[in-house]
Amino acid sequence: MSLYLLCLTLFCIGLYGVLRKRNIVKIIIGLAIIEYSINLFFVLLGYRFHGRAPIDAQDQNILNMVDPLPQALVLTSIVIGLGVTALLISIAIRLYEKYGTFDITKIRRLKG
Amino acid sequence: MELHILLLFMIFAAIIAIEVKDLLSSVVAMGTVGFALCVAFLILKAPDLAITQLVVEILCLIILIRATINKDLPLVIEGRWIFNTVSTLVFIAAFLFFGYQALKELPAFGEPLMHVVKKYLEEGTTSTGAVNLVTAVILDFRAYDTLGEATVLFASVIGIMAVLRSPGRKKIEEKEK
Repeated sequence: MSLYLLCLTLFCIGLYGVLRKRNIVKIIIGLAIIEYSINLFFVLLGYRFHGRAPIDAQDQNILNMVDPLPQALVLTSIVIGLGVTALLISIAIRLYEKYGTFDITKIRRLKG
Repeated sequence: MELHILLLFMIFAAIIAIEVKDLLSSVVAMGTVGFALCVAFLILKAPDLAITQLVVEILCLIILIRATINKDLPLVIEGRWIFNTVSTLVFIAAFLFFGYQALKELPAFGEPLMHVVKKYLEEGTTSTGAVNLVTAVILDFRAYDTLGEATVLFASVIGIMAVLRSPGRKKIEEKEK
């Protein structure tokens, strides 16, 4: 249970970065931290005490495995997270070229 | 026990990454969080995830450093300090409340629910021929998931190319005329 709470704390730090910071790079870093905490939470849910990695071996001394399903889904999620982060950073580079700043309150032309 | 220490380390590194003034230091601190996560995956018996996380983290760091290097950081003067902080804290409190409610319903750490995966564990090696069960789930039982992942990745690559494309020579010549 305490591990789940620590994972939740990590999520909250990322959420604080996204909501409070005005630098666009800090916001991207906050999103990345949120993604890490969610991935870790799924893998924690599938862990079993004294289990072994989900790979079949010849000399099976330990019988029970950890849950391979969250690991497979998190593998997809990590790769998609790379795509999302790369797209966000390319938008940030473009905004810096156009406005000369990373401050989101100075980027005003999109306001109605 | 080592997982607790690793998670506390990740939390400290995340606080540094959010709070430090210099952008390059903050990117490096974010890389620390990612590599600690890689070690945590190894402890949690997920070697495939550790390898993927390592590669993705290195790529992510290279791209982020490309974005932040040689960019001067103008001094940010905080406006509406009280309103921003209070609204942020309200959102975090709401999230913590619902998160704590949900934590009561979860299975205890170390004893997962194995309803869905029982079939995969029994039939995985015989019906797919893959020794690694994570590979069996990704490439056989849930192959459409992997197809969607590849689609999302290509869509993001197309998006990056569309955003970062510099205007061609023809367009600039037209503007000069």
